[in-house]
Amino acid sequence: MSDKVKMREQSPAERIRNFNEVPYGYDEREAVQEASRCLGCKKRPCAQGCPVEVDIPDFIARIKAEDFTGAAEVIKRKNSLPAICGRVCPQESQCEALCVLGRKGEPVAIGRLERFVADYEREHRSSDAAVVPAAGNKTKVAVVGSGPAGLTAAADLALMGYEVVLFEALHAPGGVLRYGIPEFRLPKAILDEEVGYIRSLGVDLQYNMLVGATLSIEELFADGYKAVFIGTGAGLPYFLGIPGENLNGVYSANEFLTRVNLMRAYRFPEYDTPVRIGRHVAVVGGGNVAMDAARTALRLGAERVSIVYRRAWEEMPAREEEKHHGREEGIDFKLLNNPVAILGDDKGWVEGMECVRMELGEPDESGRRRPVVIKGSEYVLDVDTVVVAVGQGPNPLLIQSTGGLETNRRGNITADPETMATSIPGVYAGGDIVTGAATVIAAMGAGKIAARNMDAYLKGV
Amino acid sequence: MYEIKHAADLAESIRLLVVSAPMVAAKAKAGHFVVVRNGETGERIPLTIADYDREQGTITLVIQSVGKSSSEICELKAGDAFTDVLGPLGHATHIDRVGTVVCVAGGVGVAPVYPIARAFKEAGNKLISVIGARSKDLIFFQTEMEAVSDAVHYTTDDGSYGLHGFVTDAVRNIVDGGEKVSEVVAIGPLPMMRAVADLTRGYGIPTVVSLNALMVDGTGMCGGCRVTVGGETKFSCVDGPDFDGHQVDFAELLRRQNRFGEEEKMAYDRHRKEGHKCRIR
Ligand SMILES: Cc1cc2nc3c(=O)[nH]c(=O)nc-3n(C[C@H](O)[C@H](O)[C@H](O)COP(=O)(O)OP(=O)(O)OC[C@H]3O[C@@H](n4cnc5c(N)ncnc54)[C@H](O)[C@@H]3O)c2cc1C
Ligand code: SF4
Ligand code: FES
Repeated sequence: MSDKVKMREQSPAERIRNFNEVPYGYDEREAVQEASRCLGCKKRPCAQGCPVEVDIPDFIARIKAEDFTGAAEVIKRKNSLPAICGRVCPQESQCEALCVLGRKGEPVAIGRLERFVADYEREHRSSDAAVVPAAGNKTKVAVVGSGPAGLTAAADLALMGYEVVLFEALHAPGGVLRYGIPEFRLPKAILDEEVGYIRSLGVDLQYNMLVGATLSIEELFADGYKAVFIGTGAGLPYFLGIPGENLNGVYSANEFLTRVNLMRAYRFPEYDTPVRIGRHVAVVGGGNVAMDAARTALRLGAERVSIVYRRAWEEMPAREEEKHHGREEGIDFKLLNNPVAILGDDKGWVEGMECVRMELGEPDESGRRRPVVIKGSEYVLDVDTVVVAVGQGPNPLLIQSTGGLETNRRGNITADPETMATSIPGVYAGGDIVTGAATVIAAMGAGKIAARNMDAYLKGV
Repeated sequence: MYEIKHAADLAESIRLLVVSAPMVAAKAKAGHFVVVRNGETGERIPLTIADYDREQGTITLVIQSVGKSSSEICELKAGDAFTDVLGPLGHATHIDRVGTVVCVAGGVGVAPVYPIARAFKEAGNKLISVIGARSKDLIFFQTEMEAVSDAVHYTTDDGSYGLHGFVTDAVRNIVDGGEKVSEVVAIGPLPMMRAVADLTRGYGIPTVVSLNALMVDGTGMCGGCRVTVGGETKFSCVDGPDFDGHQVDFAELLRRQNRFGEEEKMAYDRHRKEGHKCRIR
């Protein structure tokens, strides 16, 4: 059995000096060659691993037949943001994990093929071939938050013929896709095109609209909106709760990445927002957010970037590809290490981080072996910048201002997993605000389910 | 776009802008702020709402030019526009009928103090204002403040107007003069707010300060605006901007305000050089 076709990419030495995308993507020949590895399984195991049920074997078959536009149509029936998913989905734990080829060798590179098809379609898109929304039914619906959950819900509702207004607190669309995931992993031009497509469906995007402050859910209904979808994400950064966290030089990953991505601090002073990067940066955490922050710090010119993570390599929740890319780029992985204090100089700037070493003990509820501190293993890591990437929770602003909206004990909005309906009739919610920080595709899946059920609800009333 | 309906200089490098932002004006209350962005390459900057007109759909902002972004904002004229205005943000100031309230404004702080003073007055309090500035020509909003205050005390660093001294001297005079003060509100430069809080702590007078921490989003998303209050970390944009002045760790906040000092200076120097070039041409 052949190995999967390699994807060409910028060499590590070159790419750590720029913010351009790392992989180049397949060309037509490579895509067809990779698609030819697919067995076209009758039982379609791969498709069952896809949270939005893309008809994977069908689109791969179209690639094999060199019908790339047809392949794009197949994907777009289920996934309105394929160029994004092809780049950021954790395929290794979803579709590719279930591919039969994976049992003996490498699974079909489904993610890379999806990316190829989406890029091909974008480059060859003719304006008149645009999808036409169903005839308007003049019912107004509101979507709050323009992350993947909100964008998907808005697109689907527009396609059903609803008049959709999408309210976004920031000055640009995309949620985490805009402010969190860096340019070298998801070029903003691609996000802009995908958002452009959603606007072309008639979605009215309004910025600087902080629902809960600028206007309330109650007012939306009073203004004639018949249903509301809430996709406000997990935007509240958690800190470690250790001494020294408010020293100068300590950022939450959200602040660090927002400065660089949304505000383009990597082009300071052409752009006005600064970011200060020291010589030695420690990033605390092991997820995609931590990897993105670490690789961003490297590109901003840090001499050394260490990831400090309390568990082991296999347990780092970041996408395989990003871990691999990070290692190639020379990130120093301090695994089984945990910070206990950040140390400052007399002017209040970070000058070190005290850490302890850990070892793996008994498995915890999640089945992962619990890291325990090795006694007497304290040491000081020489750093001048610390980025805290240990997770995000729900921002309480909208929830607190919306009477009757039920939440769970972590503060996430409670929604029926079958319908995404919340405790308020006509109000639906999905994505990270319901599940806690998860994935782009899961947020999109939730947006999709919500749109379908909002339609049913609106037709019922 | 958020059009500037009216612009005027209030004093040397202090500018007033009346900005069209109907949805913000509709909800604005004393103590709220907005985050603005001037141009596609601009920073997101928090500015306190100094006044609002719900009918006209406008808010009033007062900006002091201290760096590149603020000096660019100070160059805006009627007919220009902000790229973005987000708000109203933060918690409105808690206004109650408490008795006698002293509103202390340092420098450009008189702008955010004004709506708060007015609200306290309207709630039926006796209102004494203290306005401090480096010198006489930097004092503005005099008519506005006098209209809502039972008494206004002025202080200048150089003695060119009012009491020669600091706002704390005036506050001390008021309290020592026998006035039973129930609450103090102090807004201005951090060292001034700290000095007022230190003074009133001794008198046991509850004191509210409004913190202008460095911000990015203004919605609780980045944590860049964090401050320590009573030993706990708070986000000034969503938990504030008003806090108990006796609990704020001012030393930490002063340091945090300077996080990007070098970068800001670099941008400002570059801006001034370029501005200079333009004028020569
Ligand atoms: C740095 C980083 C890297 C990641 N990498 C990956 C990856 O590689 N693969 C992957 O699958 N997942 C990744 N994730 C997770 C993924 O991005 C999220 O799970 C996903 O974006 C959640 O989508 P969402 O639509 O629920 O919310 P978000 O993307 O968070 O969007 C929420 C939007 O709502 C807006 N909003 C919030 N409150 C309000 C309000 N009151 N009024 C109006 N608007 C509001 C916000 O400004 C934001 O634009 C990453 C996350 C981060 C932070
Ligand atoms: S499981 Fe793998 S081989 Fe089978 S259809 Fe899906 S992608 Fe093709
Ligand atoms: S400014 Fe970002 S959390 Fe307050």
